[in-house]
Amino acid sequence: MLADALLLQLGYNATLVAIGATLLGVAAGMTGAFLYLRKRALVSDAISHSTLPGVGLAFIVMVALGGDGRALPGLLLGSALSAWAGLLCLGWLVRRTRLAEDAAIGAVLSVFFGVGIVLLTVIQTMSAGKQAGLENFLLGSTAGMLRTDAIVIAVGGLAILAAIFVLRRPMLEVAFDPEYAAARGVNVDRVDLAMMGLVMAVTVVGLKVVGLILIVALLIIPSVTARFWTERADRVILIGGLVGGLAGYAGAALSAAEPKVPTGPIIVLMAFVLFLLSLMLAPGRGVLAALIRHLRFQQRVHLRQGLLALAQAQPIYEVRTRRLLRRAGLARADGVATEAGRARAARALRDEKRWEIVRTDPAHEAAAEFYDGLTDIDTVLTSDQIAEIDARIGAPKGVPA
Amino acid sequence: MLELATADGRVPADDARKDSPLAVRGLTVSYGEKPAVFSVDMTVPKGSMTAIIGPNGAGKSTMLKAVLGIVKPLSGQVEVFGCPLADQRARIAYVPQRASVDWDFPTRVIDVVLMGLYREVGLLGRLRGAHVDRARSCLDRVGMAAFADRQIGQLSGGQQQRVFLARALAQDADLYLLDEPFAGVDAATEKAIIAVLKSLKSEGKTVVAVHHDLATVRDYFDHVFLINVRRIAEGPVDEAFTAETLQEAYGGRLASTQVDQLSAVLA
Repeated sequence: MLADALLLQLGYNATLVAIGATLLGVAAGMTGAFLYLRKRALVSDAISHSTLPGVGLAFIVMVALGGDGRALPGLLLGSALSAWAGLLCLGWLVRRTRLAEDAAIGAVLSVFFGVGIVLLTVIQTMSAGKQAGLENFLLGSTAGMLRTDAIVIAVGGLAILAAIFVLRRPMLEVAFDPEYAAARGVNVDRVDLAMMGLVMAVTVVGLKVVGLILIVALLIIPSVTARFWTERADRVILIGGLVGGLAGYAGAALSAAEPKVPTGPIIVLMAFVLFLLSLMLAPGRGVLAALIRHLRFQQRVHLRQGLLALAQAQPIYEVRTRRLLRRAGLARADGVATEAGRARAARALRDEKRWEIVRTDPAHEAAAEFYDGLTDIDTVLTSDQIAEIDARIGAPKGVPA
Repeated sequence: MLELATADGRVPADDARKDSPLAVRGLTVSYGEKPAVFSVDMTVPKGSMTAIIGPNGAGKSTMLKAVLGIVKPLSGQVEVFGCPLADQRARIAYVPQRASVDWDFPTRVIDVVLMGLYREVGLLGRLRGAHVDRARSCLDRVGMAAFADRQIGQLSGGQQQRVFLARALAQDADLYLLDEPFAGVDAATEKAIIAVLKSLKSEGKTVVAVHHDLATVRDYFDHVFLINVRRIAEGPVDEAFTAETLQEAYGGRLASTQVDQLSAVLA
């Protein structure tokens, strides 16, 4: 069943839904990357929660006009209008009052969501409201999704991607250096507004699949995941899209196999799995890589300390140091240096003496900065500089060059 | 003395203004209800290297930002090469203060310089090899060619400043506006930057920089503009950069050691 789901063997509708969810995921991951680079990730939370009153009002209006309150285009239009209202409130609060953006986000998010929940409760009491299933917009559900719904979502995702392609340079410029962008004639406020418009579009398109509570996760987790793998903004955006797409696809496919579980949480959990893997395994920024780097560093310290102890014929008490020396073939099990060990030890000691000169001589101030007890001096100084220092120490005794 | 924008005799003749790469008239900028720049006139001569000088909070940076439309002035006009700013943006390159961006932003040195070419490439145009070559040659000009593929987070303060200058150079502009380009940079970088600015001048371009180090004004610049919310003095260094004008601009805020240094410089 699971394999069937992932390979899209569950029928035409499920396949269509999976395609829509994939496009939505790519769009969300990429849009979220710009938001993350602009350091305004939390604004998406305010926008998504602001959609709820619009859903409720749109339903009531459509029923009042004698239509089907559940028509998706109408509900999406309502949610977009109310998200826009939330965005305007947020902008007004930040510009006209002394509230910081985080506080304004909290205020807008909770008030709009509260109003939305009240509206949903009112709808429950209406005769047409019993079967409305509007609560599915909270956590998302693909069960019983119509073919046209899936097409709306897929087309919406594609439209968002096209808009991102056109706006990618101004958005990137504004995210990195808004002042410079403004000096070049970019209307920063308008670019920010366009970015928010994209977030709103992702939220609205994603309402049915992911739901408004968790769409923020599909916006943010992919770019945060991508950041583990790259140091370049354009790749954060591309990898973010890839992660979002994978999460959307796997989530929708699994949800088709298990229709009782809401789709949103499954998609978000898929994204989280990718995040967790990246956190652990990414080279450079991942936890495992950092651990390995630290262990290697520790080994270098132990080896160096051991060699210096050997060179000065001091006993080595640290078990780990002895084991490392033995494994490197520098000492025997009883801690006595081998031939190779004696040579390396003498060289380490000589380096240490050279460093001593370098660190006390003001002429070598710049080089002295590199001293950490581990760095070989010939990676810092040229051979003629070293020769000059050796002349001061006196000829090295019994050290192979 | 209250300076009126329309005061005759003080405002340079109209054709001098028309010829100027940057002419400002009656500029007032206010954050909240306290004017940061009040009714200021400025005429930058073509091909000059002009220093904008004044104490902290005198409105130096604000001046530049208002000229570029980054902050909205309350009143006043800005003309660039005798035209409204909007028509001439392509001819202006701006080097903001280093601290104005987050240097942990995930990007490489070359990508920052390429941002200087975004306007030219357009929304849908492709960045081609020729663009990258141009960006590299700009990095070369500030001595940073070897750092092109480096992460910007790994740069020192001076290197960051050079990258910003390279981004401005990539625009191939006629007027360069720099905000404190020498603040917190090492001596080698200061030398490299001034060499580039002087070569720009020799190509006939105009350079305007907010500058804080009074001791180097004479060596680096040929024109000064002294400001402390209001315009204090403006003109060739020999005429406008004097003990009297500095006293007027800085008032009691010039530390006695600075005064000593200056009298040495001015002597």
